[in-house]
Amino acid sequence: MTRLGSEQRHRIRFTLNGEAVDRICEPRMLLTDFIRHEIGATGTHVGCEHGVCGACTVEIDGSPARACLTLAVQVEGCEIRTVESLADKQGRLGVLQSAFRRNHALQCGFCTAGILMSLDALFARHPEADEAEIRDVLTGHLCRCTGYAPIVKAALEAAAELRGETKIEAVNA
Amino acid sequence: MKPAAFDYVRAESLDEALDVLRNEGSDARIIAGGQSLMPMLNMRLAKPRVLVDIMRLEELRKIEQRQGKIAVGAAVRQAALLEWPALGRELKLLSLALPWTGHVQTRSRGTICGSVAHADPSAETPLTLLALGGEIVLRSAKKRRRVAARDFFLGVMATDRNDDELIEAVEFPATNGQRCAFREVARRHGDFAIVACAAVATDRGVRLAVGGVADMPTAREFDALESSALDDALNAFAWDLDARDDFHATARYRRDLVRMIGRELIAEVTQ
Repeated sequence: MTRLGSEQRHRIRFTLNGEAVDRICEPRMLLTDFIRHEIGATGTHVGCEHGVCGACTVEIDGSPARACLTLAVQVEGCEIRTVESLADKQGRLGVLQSAFRRNHALQCGFCTAGILMSLDALFARHPEADEAEIRDVLTGHLCRCTGYAPIVKAALEAAAELRGETKIEAVNA
Repeated sequence: MKPAAFDYVRAESLDEALDVLRNEGSDARIIAGGQSLMPMLNMRLAKPRVLVDIMRLEELRKIEQRQGKIAVGAAVRQAALLEWPALGRELKLLSLALPWTGHVQTRSRGTICGSVAHADPSAETPLTLLALGGEIVLRSAKKRRRVAARDFFLGVMATDRNDDELIEAVEFPATNGQRCAFREVARRHGDFAIVACAAVATDRGVRLAVGGVADMPTAREFDALESSALDDALNAFAWDLDARDDFHATARYRRDLVRMIGRELIAEVTQ
C-alpha cells in the first residue's frame, strides 16, 4: 500500500507535453496548481475551481479532463498535454489555434486554452466530427465573450484542414 | 478553493482499501474519478483525513454480464460504459441517459459507481439504476451485501452505505428489448437536471422515475394508462414529489415538467 502523508511532499512522475516530470508535492495539490505553480506552465487557466467553467481542461491520456478536479498525485504515470503542446517549437500556432485567430474565436482568451484542448482531443479521436459533436463538446466550457458562433466556425474550419480538405497558410505567432 | 490536507492512499488491492475504511471509518473517503468528490473537497464541504484512490484496481475495472444483469465495477468510468459496444442492446436506458451525465470532459474521469455513491438528487445514474430496478453491491472488510436501488437512496447525498463500506459494483438488469425512454431539462446540456425522467415498460405498465425534484430519485408504477386517469395519476405523482422553489426553477415549473415529460415518456414506451 502506498500511503502519502498529508504533511509531507511526495515524489510524483508523469509526462507533460512529451517531457518527463519528476517533482514533489503534497497530496492535496490540484493538477492545475501543480502545472502552473510547480512547473510554471501557465497556459492552463484556473476559473471556477469546481469543474463548471472548463478553463482548466487538459488532456489526460488523450481524454479531455478538468485539471481542477484532479489531484496531481492521481496522474502518476499518466500522459498530460496542455495548450503549450499545440504550437510548434518555433512558437508557430497550430492548425486549431490559427483557425481561432482567423475567426476571432476568442476575445479575452481566458477560456481558450481549455476549449482548444477539448477540441484537440475530439479531432484526434473523431476527425470527422460535425457541428453537433463540436457543440456537444463546447457544452463543457463557458465563454462569456464570443457567443460561441466564431468558436464553432473555427473548429469546423480546423477540422477540415486537419483532414487535408483545405490548406490555409500558416499564420506566424 | 483548495482542499484541506489529507493523506492519500493509492490502493494496490481491494483488501487494502477495505482495511483503511475499517480502521478510519467516516474519516476516510474513497476517490474514484473524483468528479463529484473533488468539488466537495475544493469547497471544503468534505474534509476527509484520508483519501483512498481505487482507480488502479484492475478487479474493479470490469463490465460483466451475468444472469441477465450487467455489473459495472467501481473503477469503470462513465466514458468507458458509454463506449461499451453492447450498451445500446443491453442497457438502452443508459445509452440515452449517459450523454446527459456531465460533459465529455467529466465523463472521461467520473465513474458510474461514484455517481451512485454521491447520490445527488438530480444525477442521471442513480435515476436509471432506480428506474431499471438495479442493485448496489456494497463491500466491507467483513462482508458483501446487496441493496436494491429503491432502498439505497435516503436523501440528499445520503445513502444506506455504512462508513466501512465501499460500492464494489452496481448491477443493472439487462434491458432485453424492454422499451425505455429518457428526457431531461437543464439550463445547459450536461448541467444539473431541473427535472430528469426515465420510463421503463414493465409487465404491468410503465415505471416512471423522476430526478431533480424530490430529495432522491423517486419511481412509481403506472398501470392505469387511459388518458384522464393517467393525467390524474401523473398529477398526484408530481405533487407527491414535494417540489421546492430554488435558484434554478420554481416548484410549479418542476411539477409541470413532471406531468408533461411523464406523459410523453409513458406514451413513448407504450405505443
